[in-house]
Amino acid sequence: MEELFGVLQKADWSPLFISLKTGAVATVISFFLGIFGARKVVKAGPKVKAVADGILTLPMVLPPTVAGFILLIVFSLRRPVGQALYGTFHIKVVQTWLGCIVAATVISFPLMYRNARAAFEQIDVNLVYAARTLGMSEMRIFWTVIIPSAGPGIVSGTVLTFSRALGEYGATSMLAGNIPGRTGTISQKIAMVIQDGDYKTAGFWVLVILVIACLIIVAMNLAASKKLKHIRRY
Amino acid sequence: MALEVEIRKRIGGFVLHSEFTADRGVFALLGASGSGKSLTLKCIAGIEKPDEGRIVLDGHVLFDSSKKISLPPQKRRVGYMFQDYALFPNMTVRKNVMAGMGRNPDSAAADEILRRFRISDLENRIPSELSGGQKQRVAMARIVAQKPDAILLDEPFAALDSHLKWMLEGEMKQLLESMGKPAVFVSHSRDEVYHMSSSVCCMEQGKTGETLELHEFFRNPGTRAAALLSGCKNITAVRVLDDSHIEAVDYGLVFHIGREIPKDVKYAGIRAHDISDVPGNGWDNEFRPSSAVVQEDPFEWTVYLQNPGGRVPIQWKTPKKDGKRPEVSGPFYLSSRNIMLLRE
Repeated sequence: MEELFGVLQKADWSPLFISLKTGAVATVISFFLGIFGARKVVKAGPKVKAVADGILTLPMVLPPTVAGFILLIVFSLRRPVGQALYGTFHIKVVQTWLGCIVAATVISFPLMYRNARAAFEQIDVNLVYAARTLGMSEMRIFWTVIIPSAGPGIVSGTVLTFSRALGEYGATSMLAGNIPGRTGTISQKIAMVIQDGDYKTAGFWVLVILVIACLIIVAMNLAASKKLKHIRRY
Repeated sequence: MALEVEIRKRIGGFVLHSEFTADRGVFALLGASGSGKSLTLKCIAGIEKPDEGRIVLDGHVLFDSSKKISLPPQKRRVGYMFQDYALFPNMTVRKNVMAGMGRNPDSAAADEILRRFRISDLENRIPSELSGGQKQRVAMARIVAQKPDAILLDEPFAALDSHLKWMLEGEMKQLLESMGKPAVFVSHSRDEVYHMSSSVCCMEQGKTGETLELHEFFRNPGTRAAALLSGCKNITAVRVLDDSHIEAVDYGLVFHIGREIPKDVKYAGIRAHDISDVPGNGWDNEFRPSSAVVQEDPFEWTVYLQNPGGRVPIQWKTPKKDGKRPEVSGPFYLSSRNIMLLRE
Protein backbone atom coordinates (compact mmCIF):
# COMPACT_ATOMS: atom_id res chain seq x y z
CA MET A 1 0.00 0.00 0.00
CA GLU A 2 2.78 2.37 0.98
CA GLU A 3 4.62 1.38 -2.14
CA LEU A 4 1.65 2.33 -4.27
CA PHE A 5 1.39 5.63 -2.44
CA GLY A 6 5.02 6.31 -3.14
CA VAL A 7 4.54 5.64 -6.81
CA LEU A 8 1.51 7.94 -6.86
CA GLN A 9 3.49 10.78 -5.27
CA LYS A 10 6.46 10.47 -7.53
CA ALA A 11 4.34 9.80 -10.60
CA ASP A 12 4.71 11.91 -13.68
CA TRP A 13 1.07 12.32 -14.79
CA SER A 14 1.92 13.53 -18.28
CA PRO A 15 1.20 10.14 -19.99
CA LEU A 16 -2.36 10.29 -18.65
CA PHE A 17 -3.02 13.74 -20.04
CA ILE A 18 -1.35 12.99 -23.36
CA SER A 19 -3.41 9.81 -23.74
CA LEU A 20 -6.68 11.51 -22.77
CA LYS A 21 -6.08 14.47 -25.06
CA THR A 22 -5.07 12.23 -27.94
CA GLY A 23 -8.05 9.94 -27.38
CA ALA A 24 -10.51 12.83 -27.21
CA VAL A 25 -9.26 14.62 -30.31
CA ALA A 26 -8.97 11.39 -32.32
CA THR A 27 -12.51 10.40 -31.28
CA VAL A 28 -13.98 13.71 -32.37
CA ILE A 29 -12.25 13.49 -35.76
CA SER A 30 -13.19 9.82 -36.24
CA PHE A 31 -16.76 10.55 -35.16
CA PHE A 32 -17.42 13.01 -37.97
CA LEU A 33 -15.27 11.29 -40.58
CA GLY A 34 -16.72 7.89 -39.69
CA ILE A 35 -20.32 9.07 -39.96
CA PHE A 36 -19.56 10.94 -43.16
CA GLY A 37 -17.79 7.90 -44.68
CA ALA A 38 -20.55 5.54 -43.56
CA ARG A 39 -23.22 7.77 -45.14
CA LYS A 40 -21.37 7.88 -48.43
CA VAL A 41 -20.72 4.13 -48.49
CA VAL A 42 -24.33 3.25 -47.60
CA LYS A 43 -25.58 5.39 -50.49
CA ALA A 44 -22.96 4.16 -53.00
CA GLY A 45 -23.46 1.51 -55.67
CA PRO A 46 -22.32 -2.05 -55.00
CA LYS A 47 -18.90 -1.81 -56.72
CA VAL A 48 -17.88 1.51 -55.22
CA LYS A 49 -19.18 0.20 -51.91
CA ALA A 50 -16.96 -2.89 -51.99
CA VAL A 51 -13.79 -0.94 -52.77
CA ALA A 52 -14.47 2.03 -50.49
CA ASP A 53 -15.42 -0.23 -47.61
CA GLY A 54 -12.20 -2.19 -48.06
CA ILE A 55 -10.03 0.92 -47.94
CA LEU A 56 -11.84 2.42 -44.96
CA THR A 57 -11.68 -0.83 -42.99
CA LEU A 58 -8.05 -1.56 -43.83
CA PRO A 59 -6.45 0.14 -40.79
CA MET A 60 -8.40 -2.22 -38.52
CA VAL A 61 -7.21 -5.31 -40.34
CA LEU A 62 -3.57 -4.31 -40.70
CA PRO A 63 -1.18 -4.79 -37.79
CA PRO A 64 -0.77 -1.32 -36.19
CA THR A 65 2.96 -1.41 -36.90
CA VAL A 66 2.24 -1.79 -40.62
CA ALA A 67 -0.16 1.16 -40.50
CA GLY A 68 2.48 3.07 -38.53
CA PHE A 69 5.11 2.23 -41.13
CA ILE A 70 2.89 3.51 -43.96
CA LEU A 71 2.11 6.71 -42.03
CA LEU A 72 5.78 7.22 -41.31
CA ILE A 73 6.62 6.90 -45.00
CA VAL A 74 3.83 9.33 -45.96
CA PHE A 75 4.59 12.01 -43.40
CA SER A 76 8.39 11.68 -43.34
CA LEU A 77 10.09 15.04 -43.81
CA ARG A 78 12.22 13.44 -46.50
CA ARG A 79 9.20 12.65 -48.68
CA PRO A 80 6.78 14.80 -50.73
CA VAL A 81 3.73 14.86 -48.45
CA GLY A 82 5.71 15.51 -45.31
CA GLN A 83 7.84 18.11 -47.07
CA ALA A 84 4.80 19.88 -48.52
CA LEU A 85 3.09 20.01 -45.12
CA TYR A 86 6.20 21.38 -43.47
CA GLY A 87 6.99 23.75 -46.33
CA THR A 88 3.56 25.35 -46.67
CA PHE A 89 1.98 25.07 -43.20
CA HIS A 90 5.03 24.44 -41.05
CA ILE A 91 3.31 21.30 -39.82
CA LYS A 92 5.37 18.41 -38.54
CA VAL A 93 3.68 15.06 -37.93
CA VAL A 94 6.58 12.72 -37.22
CA GLN A 95 7.80 12.75 -33.63
CA THR A 96 5.11 15.24 -32.50
CA TRP A 97 1.80 15.18 -30.60
CA LEU A 98 0.09 15.66 -33.97
CA GLY A 99 1.59 12.30 -34.88
CA CYS A 100 -0.11 10.75 -31.84
CA ILE A 101 -3.42 12.14 -33.08
CA VAL A 102 -2.93 11.03 -36.68
CA ALA A 103 -1.95 7.52 -35.61
CA ALA A 104 -4.80 7.18 -33.11
CA THR A 105 -7.32 8.56 -35.59
CA VAL A 106 -6.29 6.29 -38.43
CA ILE A 107 -6.32 3.20 -36.23
CA SER A 108 -9.61 3.99 -34.46
CA PHE A 109 -11.49 5.34 -37.48
CA PRO A 110 -12.68 1.93 -38.82
CA LEU A 111 -14.44 1.21 -35.52
CA MET A 112 -16.50 4.36 -35.84
CA TYR A 113 -17.09 3.89 -39.54
CA ARG A 114 -18.11 0.22 -39.25
CA ASN A 115 -20.51 0.81 -36.37
CA ALA A 116 -22.05 3.86 -38.01
CA ARG A 117 -22.47 1.99 -41.26
CA ALA A 118 -24.17 -0.97 -39.57
CA ALA A 119 -26.42 1.48 -37.74
CA PHE A 120 -27.40 3.30 -40.93
CA GLU A 121 -28.05 0.09 -42.77
CA GLN A 122 -30.54 -1.19 -40.20
CA ILE A 123 -32.61 2.01 -40.31
CA ASP A 124 -36.16 1.45 -41.51
CA VAL A 125 -36.12 3.09 -44.97
CA ASN A 126 -39.82 3.84 -44.64
CA LEU A 127 -38.96 6.36 -41.93
CA VAL A 128 -36.80 8.25 -44.38
CA TYR A 129 -39.44 8.00 -47.10
CA ALA A 130 -42.13 9.18 -44.70
CA ALA A 131 -39.97 12.12 -43.68
CA ARG A 132 -39.50 13.07 -47.32
CA THR A 133 -43.22 12.96 -48.11
CA LEU A 134 -43.74 15.14 -45.03
CA GLY A 135 -41.60 17.78 -46.69
CA MET A 136 -38.61 17.53 -44.32
CA SER A 137 -35.31 18.64 -45.86
CA GLU A 138 -32.58 16.01 -46.30
CA MET A 139 -30.49 17.81 -43.68
CA ARG A 140 -33.31 17.81 -41.15
CA ILE A 141 -34.03 14.16 -41.91
CA PHE A 142 -30.41 13.30 -41.23
CA TRP A 143 -30.27 15.01 -37.84
CA THR A 144 -33.77 14.30 -36.53
CA VAL A 145 -34.62 10.91 -38.04
CA ILE A 146 -31.49 9.05 -39.10
CA ILE A 147 -29.09 9.99 -36.32
CA PRO A 148 -31.53 9.22 -33.46
CA SER A 149 -32.51 5.90 -35.06
CA ALA A 150 -28.88 5.03 -35.56
CA GLY A 151 -28.19 6.16 -31.98
CA PRO A 152 -27.15 2.89 -30.33
CA GLY A 153 -24.74 1.98 -33.11
CA ILE A 154 -23.21 5.42 -33.13
CA VAL A 155 -22.84 5.51 -29.35
CA SER A 156 -21.17 2.11 -29.25
CA GLY A 157 -18.96 3.11 -32.17
CA THR A 158 -17.89 6.22 -30.27
CA VAL A 159 -17.12 4.25 -27.12
CA LEU A 160 -15.04 1.73 -29.02
CA THR A 161 -13.28 4.47 -30.97
CA PHE A 162 -12.32 6.30 -27.83
CA SER A 163 -11.08 3.18 -26.05
CA ARG A 164 -9.06 2.19 -29.08
CA ALA A 165 -7.61 5.69 -29.56
CA LEU A 166 -6.80 5.95 -25.86
CA GLY A 167 -4.70 2.80 -25.84
CA GLU A 168 -3.16 2.97 -29.33
CA TYR A 169 0.42 1.78 -29.20
CA GLY A 170 1.91 0.30 -32.39
CA ALA A 171 1.30 3.02 -34.95
CA THR A 172 1.80 5.78 -32.39
CA SER A 173 5.22 4.52 -31.35
CA MET A 174 6.33 4.42 -34.97
CA LEU A 175 4.92 7.77 -36.08
CA ALA A 176 5.10 9.90 -32.96
CA GLY A 177 7.76 8.09 -31.02
CA ASN A 178 7.91 8.08 -27.24
CA ILE A 179 9.07 11.52 -26.17
CA PRO A 180 8.23 11.91 -22.46
CA GLY A 181 5.96 14.86 -21.83
CA ARG A 182 5.14 15.28 -25.54
CA THR A 183 4.24 12.03 -27.22
CA GLY A 184 4.64 9.58 -24.35
CA THR A 185 1.22 7.99 -23.97
CA ILE A 186 0.25 5.54 -21.23
CA SER A 187 0.67 2.50 -23.50
CA GLN A 188 4.14 3.62 -24.48
CA LYS A 189 5.02 4.34 -20.89
CA ILE A 190 3.98 0.82 -19.88
CA ALA A 191 6.04 -0.74 -22.66
CA MET A 192 9.04 1.38 -21.75
CA VAL A 193 9.10 0.72 -18.02
CA ILE A 194 8.54 -3.00 -18.58
CA GLN A 195 11.72 -3.05 -20.62
CA ASP A 196 13.49 -1.62 -17.60
CA GLY A 197 11.91 -4.29 -15.40
CA ASP A 198 9.93 -1.66 -13.44
CA TYR A 199 6.79 -3.68 -12.87
CA LYS A 200 5.49 -1.38 -10.14
CA THR A 201 5.19 1.64 -12.41
CA ALA A 202 3.81 -0.53 -15.19
CA GLY A 203 1.19 -1.96 -12.81
CA PHE A 204 0.21 1.53 -11.74
CA TRP A 205 -0.44 2.68 -15.31
CA VAL A 206 -2.27 -0.55 -16.11
CA LEU A 207 -4.55 0.24 -13.18
CA VAL A 208 -5.12 3.78 -14.50
CA ILE A 209 -6.09 2.46 -17.94
CA LEU A 210 -8.45 -0.10 -16.39
CA VAL A 211 -10.21 2.54 -14.30
CA ILE A 212 -10.61 4.93 -17.23
CA ALA A 213 -11.90 2.18 -19.52
CA CYS A 214 -14.48 1.03 -16.95
CA LEU A 215 -15.64 4.57 -16.23
CA ILE A 216 -16.09 5.47 -19.87
CA ILE A 217 -18.05 2.39 -20.77
CA VAL A 218 -20.36 2.62 -17.76
CA ALA A 219 -20.95 6.33 -18.31
CA MET A 220 -21.69 5.87 -22.00
CA ASN A 221 -24.07 3.00 -21.32
CA LEU A 222 -25.95 5.07 -18.74
CA ALA A 223 -26.22 8.01 -21.12
CA ALA A 224 -27.38 5.74 -23.90
CA SER A 225 -30.05 4.00 -21.85
CA LYS A 226 -31.65 7.35 -21.02
CA LYS A 227 -31.57 8.82 -24.50
CA LEU A 228 -32.66 5.67 -26.28
CA LYS A 229 -35.93 5.03 -24.55
CA HIS A 230 -37.54 4.15 -27.88
CA ILE A 231 -35.30 1.14 -28.45
CA ARG A 232 -37.16 -1.86 -27.13
CA ARG A 233 -35.53 -4.07 -24.55
CA TYR A 234 -35.86 -7.79 -25.04
CA MET B 1 -59.28 18.01 -57.96
CA ALA B 2 -57.88 14.91 -59.58
CA LEU B 3 -54.81 12.77 -59.59
CA GLU B 4 -53.93 11.53 -63.06
CA VAL B 5 -51.42 8.71 -63.26
CA GLU B 6 -49.93 7.05 -66.33
CA ILE B 7 -46.58 5.46 -65.58
CA ARG B 8 -44.35 2.59 -66.60
CA LYS B 9 -41.45 1.14 -64.70
CA ARG B 10 -39.37 -1.98 -65.17
CA ILE B 11 -37.63 -3.66 -62.24
CA GLY B 12 -35.84 -6.80 -63.39
CA GLY B 13 -38.50 -8.97 -64.98
CA PHE B 14 -41.37 -7.07 -63.39
CA VAL B 15 -43.11 -4.47 -65.53
CA LEU B 16 -45.35 -1.88 -63.90
CA HIS B 17 -47.92 -0.15 -66.04
CA SER B 18 -50.33 1.94 -63.99
CA GLU B 19 -52.95 4.11 -65.56
CA PHE B 20 -55.87 5.67 -63.72
CA THR B 21 -57.44 8.92 -62.62
CA ALA B 22 -58.47 9.32 -58.99
CA ASP B 23 -61.03 12.05 -58.42
CA ARG B 24 -62.26 13.40 -55.14
CA GLY B 25 -63.37 10.52 -52.93
CA VAL B 26 -61.62 7.27 -52.14
CA PHE B 27 -60.14 5.44 -55.06
CA ALA B 28 -59.19 1.82 -54.36
CA LEU B 29 -56.35 -0.08 -55.97
CA LEU B 30 -57.20 -3.72 -55.37
CA GLY B 31 -54.66 -6.43 -56.06
CA ALA B 32 -52.80 -9.43 -54.68
CA SER B 33 -49.50 -8.84 -52.94
CA GLY B 34 -46.71 -8.25 -55.42
CA SER B 35 -49.06 -6.87 -58.06
CA GLY B 36 -47.45 -3.42 -58.00
CA LYS B 37 -49.90 -1.47 -55.85
CA SER B 38 -47.35 -0.18 -53.37
CA LEU B 39 -44.87 0.55 -56.14
CA THR B 40 -47.51 2.68 -57.84
CA LEU B 41 -48.03 4.66 -54.64
CA LYS B 42 -44.28 5.08 -54.19
CA CYS B 43 -44.00 6.45 -57.72
CA ILE B 44 -46.78 8.95 -57.05
CA ALA B 45 -45.14 10.10 -53.83
CA GLY B 46 -41.75 10.43 -55.50
CA ILE B 47 -40.07 7.73 -53.46
CA GLU B 48 -39.52 5.65 -56.61
CA LYS B 49 -38.98 7.09 -60.05
CA PRO B 50 -40.93 5.68 -63.01
CA ASP B 51 -39.06 5.03 -66.26
CA GLU B 52 -41.62 6.97 -68.25
CA GLY B 53 -45.05 8.52 -68.01
CA ARG B 54 -46.84 11.38 -66.34
CA ILE B 55 -48.27 12.13 -62.92
CA VAL B 56 -50.45 15.21 -62.60
CA LEU B 57 -52.15 16.40 -59.41
CA ASP B 58 -54.76 19.16 -59.71
CA GLY B 59 -53.08 20.40 -62.86
CA HIS B 60 -49.60 20.46 -61.27
CA VAL B 61 -47.14 18.17 -63.01
CA LEU B 62 -45.38 16.02 -60.41
CA PHE B 63 -43.64 13.84 -62.94
CA ASP B 64 -43.31 13.96 -66.70
CA SER B 65 -40.62 11.90 -68.37
CA SER B 66 -40.96 13.65 -71.72
CA LYS B 67 -40.36 17.06 -70.12
CA LYS B 68 -37.81 15.66 -67.68
CA ILE B 69 -39.82 16.83 -64.69
CA SER B 70 -39.58 14.87 -61.47
CA LEU B 71 -40.35 16.80 -58.32
CA PRO B 72 -38.69 15.57 -55.13
CA PRO B 73 -41.14 14.02 -52.63
CA GLN B 74 -40.77 17.11 -50.44
CA LYS B 75 -42.37 19.27 -53.13
CA ARG B 76 -45.24 16.97 -54.13
CA ARG B 77 -47.57 17.72 -51.22
CA VAL B 78 -48.74 14.14 -51.11
CA GLY B 79 -49.53 12.47 -47.79
CA TYR B 80 -48.40 8.88 -47.56
CA MET B 81 -49.63 6.41 -44.97
CA PHE B 82 -47.36 3.40 -44.65
CA GLN B 83 -48.56 -0.05 -43.80
CA ASP B 84 -46.58 0.07 -40.52
CA TYR B 85 -47.33 3.83 -40.19
CA ALA B 86 -43.61 4.77 -40.18
CA LEU B 87 -43.96 6.93 -37.07
CA PHE B 88 -40.61 8.32 -35.95
CA PRO B 89 -39.75 6.07 -33.00
CA ASN B 90 -37.63 8.67 -31.21
CA MET B 91 -40.24 11.44 -31.33
CA THR B 92 -43.28 11.95 -29.14
CA VAL B 93 -46.76 11.83 -30.64
CA ARG B 94 -46.81 15.62 -30.69
CA LYS B 95 -43.45 15.89 -32.47
CA ASN B 96 -44.55 13.26 -34.97
CA VAL B 97 -47.69 15.21 -35.80
CA MET B 98 -45.68 18.42 -36.12
CA ALA B 99 -43.01 16.82 -38.33
CA GLY B 100 -44.82 17.74 -41.52
CA MET B 101 -45.80 21.26 -40.51
CA GLY B 102 -42.65 22.94 -41.77
CA ARG B 103 -39.78 24.68 -40.01
CA ASN B 104 -41.87 26.87 -37.70
CA PRO B 105 -44.90 24.80 -36.79
CA ASP B 106 -47.92 26.51 -35.30
CA SER B 107 -48.38 25.05 -31.83
CA ALA B 108 -52.05 25.96 -31.60
CA ALA B 109 -52.78 24.27 -34.93
CA ALA B 110 -51.02 21.16 -33.65
CA ASP B 111 -53.16 21.24 -30.48
CA GLU B 112 -56.27 21.44 -32.62
CA ILE B 113 -55.26 18.41 -34.68
CA LEU B 114 -54.27 16.40 -31.61
CA ARG B 115 -57.72 17.12 -30.18
CA ARG B 116 -59.49 16.28 -33.40
CA PHE B 117 -57.83 12.88 -33.55
CA ARG B 118 -58.37 12.25 -29.82
CA ILE B 119 -54.65 11.90 -29.14
CA SER B 120 -54.17 14.98 -26.94
CA ASP B 121 -53.63 12.86 -23.84
CA LEU B 122 -51.05 10.76 -25.68
CA GLU B 123 -49.02 13.73 -26.91
CA ASN B 124 -45.96 12.96 -24.78
CA ARG B 125 -45.86 9.24 -25.50
CA ILE B 126 -43.52 7.70 -28.03
CA PRO B 127 -44.83 5.33 -30.72
CA SER B 128 -43.70 2.12 -29.00
CA GLU B 129 -46.08 3.00 -26.14
CA LEU B 130 -49.14 3.15 -28.42
CA SER B 131 -51.63 0.52 -29.57
CA GLY B 132 -52.12 -0.24 -33.24
CA GLY B 133 -55.26 1.87 -33.53
CA GLN B 134 -53.62 4.79 -31.73
CA LYS B 135 -50.62 4.59 -34.05
CA GLN B 136 -52.93 4.75 -37.03
CA ARG B 137 -54.64 7.85 -35.64
CA VAL B 138 -51.27 9.52 -35.06
CA ALA B 139 -50.17 8.66 -38.60
CA MET B 140 -53.39 10.08 -40.01
CA ALA B 141 -53.10 13.19 -37.84
CA ARG B 142 -49.55 13.67 -39.10
CA ILE B 143 -50.81 13.55 -42.69
CA VAL B 144 -53.71 15.93 -42.05
CA ALA B 145 -51.35 18.37 -40.29
CA GLN B 146 -49.19 18.39 -43.38
CA LYS B 147 -52.16 19.71 -45.45
CA PRO B 148 -51.56 17.48 -48.46
CA ASP B 149 -53.21 17.82 -51.88
CA ALA B 150 -53.66 14.06 -52.15
CA ILE B 151 -53.49 11.14 -49.76
CA LEU B 152 -52.02 7.72 -50.43
CA LEU B 153 -52.83 4.86 -48.08
CA ASP B 154 -50.82 1.65 -48.31
CA GLU B 155 -52.77 -1.19 -46.63
CA PRO B 156 -53.54 0.98 -43.60
CA PHE B 157 -55.53 -1.72 -41.83
CA ALA B 158 -53.15 -4.64 -42.34
CA ALA B 159 -51.53 -4.19 -38.92
CA LEU B 160 -54.79 -3.99 -36.94
CA ASP B 161 -56.92 -6.49 -35.05
CA SER B 162 -60.03 -7.35 -37.00
CA HIS B 163 -62.50 -6.50 -34.23
CA LEU B 164 -61.28 -2.89 -34.26
CA LYS B 165 -61.13 -2.55 -37.98
CA TRP B 166 -64.76 -1.76 -38.79
CA MET B 167 -64.73 1.28 -36.54
CA LEU B 168 -61.48 2.66 -37.91
CA GLU B 169 -62.61 2.01 -41.46
CA GLY B 170 -65.70 4.09 -40.88
CA GLU B 171 -63.74 6.92 -39.29
CA MET B 172 -61.13 6.91 -42.02
CA LYS B 173 -63.72 6.91 -44.80
CA GLN B 174 -65.52 9.86 -43.25
CA LEU B 175 -62.30 11.77 -42.77
CA LEU B 176 -61.07 11.19 -46.31
CA GLU B 177 -64.40 12.21 -47.78
CA SER B 178 -64.56 15.35 -45.64
CA MET B 179 -61.10 16.42 -46.81
CA GLY B 180 -62.26 16.51 -50.41
CA LYS B 181 -58.86 15.52 -51.81
CA PRO B 182 -58.08 12.59 -54.06
CA ALA B 183 -57.24 9.56 -51.92
CA VAL B 184 -55.74 6.36 -53.26
CA PHE B 185 -56.36 3.38 -51.03
CA VAL B 186 -54.32 0.24 -51.63
CA SER B 187 -55.61 -3.07 -50.37
CA HIS B 188 -55.75 -6.76 -51.12
CA SER B 189 -59.02 -7.17 -49.22
CA ARG B 190 -62.29 -6.78 -51.08
CA ASP B 191 -64.11 -6.18 -47.79
CA GLU B 192 -61.91 -3.20 -46.92
CA VAL B 193 -62.35 -1.86 -50.43
CA TYR B 194 -66.11 -2.25 -50.16
CA HIS B 195 -66.18 -0.41 -46.83
CA MET B 196 -63.81 2.38 -47.80
CA SER B 197 -63.96 3.37 -51.41
CA SER B 198 -66.23 4.76 -54.08
CA SER B 199 -64.37 3.53 -57.15
CA VAL B 200 -62.17 0.51 -57.75
CA CYS B 201 -59.34 -0.34 -60.08
CA CYS B 202 -57.82 -3.83 -60.11
CA MET B 203 -54.16 -4.50 -60.43
CA GLU B 204 -52.70 -7.73 -61.72
CA GLN B 205 -49.03 -8.46 -62.40
CA GLY B 206 -48.13 -4.81 -62.59
CA LYS B 207 -51.01 -3.73 -64.80
CA THR B 208 -54.05 -1.71 -63.83
CA GLY B 209 -57.43 -2.54 -65.30
CA GLU B 210 -60.35 -0.22 -65.92
CA THR B 211 -61.77 1.89 -63.12
CA LEU B 212 -65.29 0.98 -62.02
CA GLU B 213 -67.79 2.48 -59.63
CA LEU B 214 -67.77 0.43 -56.42
CA HIS B 215 -71.13 -1.32 -56.76
CA GLU B 216 -70.71 -1.81 -60.46
CA PHE B 217 -67.36 -3.47 -59.71
CA PHE B 218 -68.98 -6.09 -57.50
CA ARG B 219 -71.95 -6.54 -59.82
CA ASN B 220 -69.99 -6.80 -63.03
CA PRO B 221 -66.22 -6.85 -62.55
CA GLY B 222 -65.58 -7.17 -66.28
CA THR B 223 -62.50 -9.37 -66.30
CA ARG B 224 -61.59 -12.73 -64.87
CA ALA B 225 -58.84 -11.23 -62.69
CA ALA B 226 -61.17 -8.56 -61.32
CA ALA B 227 -63.86 -11.16 -60.59
CA LEU B 228 -61.36 -13.24 -58.60
CA LEU B 229 -60.26 -10.15 -56.63
CA SER B 230 -63.88 -9.24 -55.98
CA GLY B 231 -64.20 -12.60 -54.23
CA CYS B 232 -66.06 -14.56 -56.88
CA LYS B 233 -65.69 -18.27 -56.07
CA ASN B 234 -66.95 -19.86 -59.28
CA ILE B 235 -65.26 -18.95 -62.52
CA THR B 236 -65.49 -21.09 -65.61
CA ALA B 237 -64.24 -20.89 -69.16
CA VAL B 238 -67.16 -20.48 -71.56
CA ARG B 239 -68.05 -21.10 -75.17
CA VAL B 240 -70.69 -18.85 -76.69
CA LEU B 241 -73.32 -21.12 -78.26
CA ASP B 242 -75.80 -18.61 -79.67
CA ASP B 243 -77.38 -15.21 -78.91
CA SER B 244 -78.53 -16.21 -75.48
CA HIS B 245 -76.70 -19.37 -74.41
CA ILE B 246 -73.20 -20.14 -73.21
CA GLU B 247 -71.58 -23.42 -72.38
CA ALA B 248 -69.83 -23.36 -69.00
CA VAL B 249 -66.99 -25.66 -70.03
CA ASP B 250 -65.61 -26.41 -66.57
CA TYR B 251 -69.03 -27.35 -65.16
CA GLY B 252 -70.39 -29.22 -68.16
CA LEU B 253 -73.50 -27.00 -68.13
CA VAL B 254 -75.31 -24.76 -70.57
CA PHE B 255 -76.62 -21.47 -69.15
CA HIS B 256 -79.36 -19.31 -70.51
CA ILE B 257 -78.17 -15.69 -70.41
CA GLY B 258 -81.18 -13.70 -71.61
CA ARG B 259 -79.23 -10.63 -72.64
CA GLU B 260 -76.81 -9.69 -75.33
CA ILE B 261 -73.52 -11.57 -75.03
CA PRO B 262 -70.48 -9.45 -75.92
CA LYS B 263 -68.09 -11.03 -78.41
CA ASP B 264 -65.02 -10.98 -76.18
CA VAL B 265 -66.56 -13.04 -73.36
CA LYS B 266 -64.20 -15.82 -72.35
CA TYR B 267 -65.31 -16.64 -68.80
CA ALA B 268 -68.36 -16.57 -66.61
CA GLY B 269 -68.48 -15.95 -62.89
CA ILE B 270 -71.10 -17.04 -60.37
CA ARG B 271 -71.03 -15.92 -56.75
CA ALA B 272 -71.42 -18.74 -54.24
CA HIS B 273 -74.28 -16.90 -52.52
CA ASP B 274 -76.25 -16.45 -55.76
CA ILE B 275 -77.15 -20.14 -56.03
CA SER B 276 -80.19 -21.53 -54.28
CA ASP B 277 -81.85 -24.87 -53.73
CA VAL B 278 -85.30 -23.24 -53.87
CA PRO B 279 -86.52 -21.54 -57.03
CA GLY B 280 -87.01 -17.78 -56.98
CA ASN B 281 -88.72 -15.38 -59.31
CA GLY B 282 -86.91 -15.26 -62.63
CA TRP B 283 -84.33 -17.86 -61.66
CA ASP B 284 -84.12 -19.17 -65.18
CA ASN B 285 -81.26 -21.66 -64.91
CA GLU B 286 -81.44 -25.03 -63.27
CA PHE B 287 -78.96 -27.81 -62.79
CA ARG B 288 -78.83 -31.18 -61.04
CA PRO B 289 -75.51 -32.05 -59.43
CA SER B 290 -74.67 -35.73 -59.31
CA SER B 291 -72.73 -35.52 -56.06
CA ALA B 292 -71.75 -32.99 -53.42
CA VAL B 293 -69.21 -32.43 -50.67
CA VAL B 294 -70.43 -30.44 -47.67
CA GLN B 295 -67.96 -28.39 -45.65
CA GLU B 296 -68.85 -26.74 -42.38
CA ASP B 297 -67.71 -23.14 -41.85
CA PRO B 298 -68.26 -21.17 -38.62
CA PHE B 299 -71.49 -19.53 -39.75
CA GLU B 300 -72.41 -21.08 -43.06
CA TRP B 301 -72.21 -24.21 -45.10
CA THR B 302 -70.02 -24.43 -48.16
CA VAL B 303 -71.18 -27.11 -50.56
CA TYR B 304 -69.22 -28.27 -53.57
CA LEU B 305 -71.69 -29.35 -56.25
CA GLN B 306 -70.32 -31.72 -58.85
CA ASN B 307 -72.18 -31.90 -62.16
CA PRO B 308 -72.22 -35.03 -64.32
CA GLY B 309 -70.10 -33.59 -67.13
CA GLY B 310 -68.10 -31.15 -64.99
CA ARG B 311 -64.37 -30.93 -64.42
CA VAL B 312 -64.62 -28.85 -61.23
CA PRO B 313 -67.46 -28.48 -58.72
CA ILE B 314 -69.55 -25.31 -58.23
CA GLN B 315 -69.25 -23.71 -54.83
CA TRP B 316 -72.50 -22.90 -53.01
CA LYS B 317 -72.71 -21.02 -49.73
CA THR B 318 -75.81 -21.15 -47.59
CA PRO B 319 -76.38 -19.82 -44.06
CA LYS B 320 -76.64 -22.17 -41.08
CA LYS B 321 -80.27 -21.47 -40.26
CA ASP B 322 -81.26 -24.34 -38.03
CA GLY B 323 -77.93 -26.12 -37.81
CA LYS B 324 -79.16 -28.84 -40.13
CA ARG B 325 -76.70 -30.10 -42.70
CA PRO B 326 -77.97 -29.07 -46.14
CA GLU B 327 -79.27 -31.93 -48.25
CA VAL B 328 -78.31 -32.14 -51.86
CA SER B 329 -81.00 -34.03 -53.67
CA GLY B 330 -83.11 -31.79 -55.85
CA PRO B 331 -82.17 -29.26 -58.50
CA PHE B 332 -80.37 -25.95 -57.93
CA TYR B 333 -81.44 -22.60 -59.31
CA LEU B 334 -79.57 -19.62 -60.62
CA SER B 335 -80.76 -16.36 -62.16
CA SER B 336 -79.18 -15.35 -65.46
CA ARG B 337 -78.90 -11.82 -64.01
CA ASN B 338 -76.35 -13.18 -61.56
CA ILE B 339 -74.12 -14.74 -64.17
CA MET B 340 -71.22 -12.35 -64.68
CA LEU B 341 -69.81 -12.37 -68.19
CA LEU B 342 -66.06 -11.84 -68.10
CA ARG B 343 -63.29 -10.96 -70.48
CA GLU B 344 -59.78 -12.33 -70.30
